[in-house]
Amino acid sequence: MSHDQRFGLQRHARLPGPLRLDGGGSLSPVEIAYETYGTLSPDGGNAVLICHALTGDQHVASVHPRTGKPGWWTRMVGEGRPIDPARHFIVCANVLGSCMGSSGPASLDPLTVKPFAMSFPVITIRDMVRAQAMLLDHLGVGKLAAVVGGSMGGMQALSWAATYPERVARCVVIASTARHTAQNIAFHEVGRQAVMADPKWQGGAYYDDEPPAAGLAVARMAAHITYLSEAGLTEKFGRRLQGRDAKSFGFDADFQVESYLRHQGISFVDRFDANSYLYITRAMDYFDLAEEHGGRLANAFKGSATRFCLVSFDTDWLYPTAESRRVVHALNAAGAAASFVELSSPYGHDAFLLDSPELNRVVDGFLKAAA
Amino acid sequence: MSLRPDLGIIADHVTAGARVLDIGCGDGELMAALRDGKRCDARGLEIDAGNVAAAVARGLSVVQGDADRDLADYPDESFDYAILSQTLQTARAPDVVLDHLLRIGRRAFVSFPNFAHWRVRLSLLWGGRMPVTKLLPERWYDTPNIHHVTVDDFRAFVRERGVKVEGAWFLSRGRQTTAAGANAFAEHAVFLLSRTD
Repeated sequence: MSHDQRFGLQRHARLPGPLRLDGGGSLSPVEIAYETYGTLSPDGGNAVLICHALTGDQHVASVHPRTGKPGWWTRMVGEGRPIDPARHFIVCANVLGSCMGSSGPASLDPLTVKPFAMSFPVITIRDMVRAQAMLLDHLGVGKLAAVVGGSMGGMQALSWAATYPERVARCVVIASTARHTAQNIAFHEVGRQAVMADPKWQGGAYYDDEPPAAGLAVARMAAHITYLSEAGLTEKFGRRLQGRDAKSFGFDADFQVESYLRHQGISFVDRFDANSYLYITRAMDYFDLAEEHGGRLANAFKGSATRFCLVSFDTDWLYPTAESRRVVHALNAAGAAASFVELSSPYGHDAFLLDSPELNRVVDGFLKAAA
Repeated sequence: MSLRPDLGIIADHVTAGARVLDIGCGDGELMAALRDGKRCDARGLEIDAGNVAAAVARGLSVVQGDADRDLADYPDESFDYAILSQTLQTARAPDVVLDHLLRIGRRAFVSFPNFAHWRVRLSLLWGGRMPVTKLLPERWYDTPNIHHVTVDDFRAFVRERGVKVEGAWFLSRGRQTTAAGANAFAEHAVFLLSRTD
């Protein structure tokens, strides 16, 4: 199997499709960039799918080939970690609509041989999940020992359990939600409007020119605030000034927090496509698992034999504990096996990516228990 | 590892293979015993995050929550047994919690420390201060036990509410003691309840 080209780092699959989409239309072929770690056991029972967040990628536990940075979840995935290539066959795929090698608005439309731009179909979280299912078929993975995700990755994990219950033994949902609230949609709309207000956006057809970097940077700055907590920002920056002793009485980045956000915005535009940002935030805003199941969330999990584990963080105001509890109540109502814990962290939504021994302990125990 | 005596009594009397909700399940000691010893489908509710993490880490399905707030979200008759061990006296509304137990479970086990045990009585009588005993080790201001209850209180309580007592066990120093003198001599009581309707 070590010579099988389907397995390993920086893999790419071109699947014939067609992938039927929630919004009507279909996609064919479907390109998916992904990585695998570890070896699929002979009975195929050790596969773990990891779903990434909005601006994440497939390099969950390997050095990013462009930025040179370590994988984005090496605290959870790797040797001696809860998700361990010595035990698990790990798959992480770039989501549909993204810009790290999977089909998205920056991909070439096979008909016109130009980037899709805004002619790329609007996609949903469930479309991303269906694309991942096609990839797993391609890899020869039937049933997953677990699907694991934080934030938007958690939405995919929930959608997996609801869409393919017979293919998911365990479902781990961290700092996530079963629906986007008005506040979630509102913040995303600010970001999208910032991109679209940038004259360089050009209705999305900017691929031959400069990208709408200023607009995307503002979108990232606004979003980044929602990933942090007020206490975390105060602890990190307070009202401290940046590289000066007094206020400038101008509009430079006087405060450290301004300088930090500007840096976050600028470094983001180097690695992310503005149109992908529009499409993925839209998919998140459209996500409402209850709506897909007759308005009742419990219906999404009716008769499910999947075991669920949900974790929230007390300072996460983007997807607060109350949203995880909604899911837990629905799971209880459906009679599904559910665990839930709210962990304490000063770092807000971002806590799921940071060092959290308690999170690792919960996920490790949950994954090791018999399904 | 042997179970706490009141949990041992509950474990002995749960039917094998039953669906069980353990409210205030701690780190899942009883749930694990029921799963491993009796093939029960056990679920738990626990207020403390550290305990939930420990229970999940041993492979149990436990939800962090509060008996006073979260029982309302469980459907009717979704379990064969609802178990409330050493938690009744910590509830803000023990009467409402009991109603939920018998709504969610077809039967309910309730165990609690008996505030009328003679050592507690003597401590209050001679000391004139809220008892701090081996059984009730916390002081008045830091105890989670906000609704102290005696065996006779509980008997009257279930009688008034028309709840049927299917079984009762009384413990003193880890051993069973008689029902007759229980109000004075039992440190712990375990009741098996069901609805009369």
